[in-house]
Amino acid sequence: MLRIDRSIYDQIVAHARRDHPDEACGVVAGPEGSDRPERFIQMVNAERSPTFYRFDSLEQLKVWRGMDDRDEVPVVIYHSHTATEAYPSRTDISYASEPETHYVLVSTRDADTIEFRSYRIIDGVVTEEPVEITGAG
Amino acid sequence: MAIEVRIPTILRNLTDGAKAVDGEGSTLSELITDLDKKYPGIAARLVDNGQLRRFINIYLNDEDVRFLGGIDSPVADGDTVTVLPAVAGGMR
Repeated sequence: MLRIDRSIYDQIVAHARRDHPDEACGVVAGPEGSDRPERFIQMVNAERSPTFYRFDSLEQLKVWRGMDDRDEVPVVIYHSHTATEAYPSRTDISYASEPETHYVLVSTRDADTIEFRSYRIIDGVVTEEPVEITGAG
Repeated sequence: MAIEVRIPTILRNLTDGAKAVDGEGSTLSELITDLDKKYPGIAARLVDNGQLRRFINIYLNDEDVRFLGGIDSPVADGDTVTVLPAVAGGMR
């Protein structure tokens, strides 16, 4: 189960919409061991592509150091699919390496519908989990 | 002095949980070979057929080694090497 605050949920969806038709990506950091996504970090898609995303490696280093300094981990890693459903692709699965991370997929294929889904991806096995939106909304 | 190597979560099972370990060498390749003696298996997670794996980013101080000399990048005592999992994917 992913519990995520409404304001962060909205920021992820807004980022995905803004970058459409390219894929958008980013991280929500949270205190180590807390499983609470608290600090929204929008990342550059170094590929600037509608079919692929990759964190810019130098930006990633900066962001990961920032998390280290604060004893945070990437509680959520999100990206968007712009023409297909919000389900991990083969490429997504092959790159997924963090067993503690919630992998969030947003699809922007339909401008009027929000598709926001969350997964655990461990050793190539995808398990979808419920998303609970918390806070004022 | 040695070279500090920062280890990502996914590889800490090979370093007894250590977030950072020390190694030696005059190139990144030699450093990885040295690490593999102390932490067997780590080289195979970083290198495949003599090339850095595409699922892994390795940084020398503040630079991605892909923009330096790759696995042949020179390293020296006092340098910090950081290993991170690459984050990527896409619709296909």
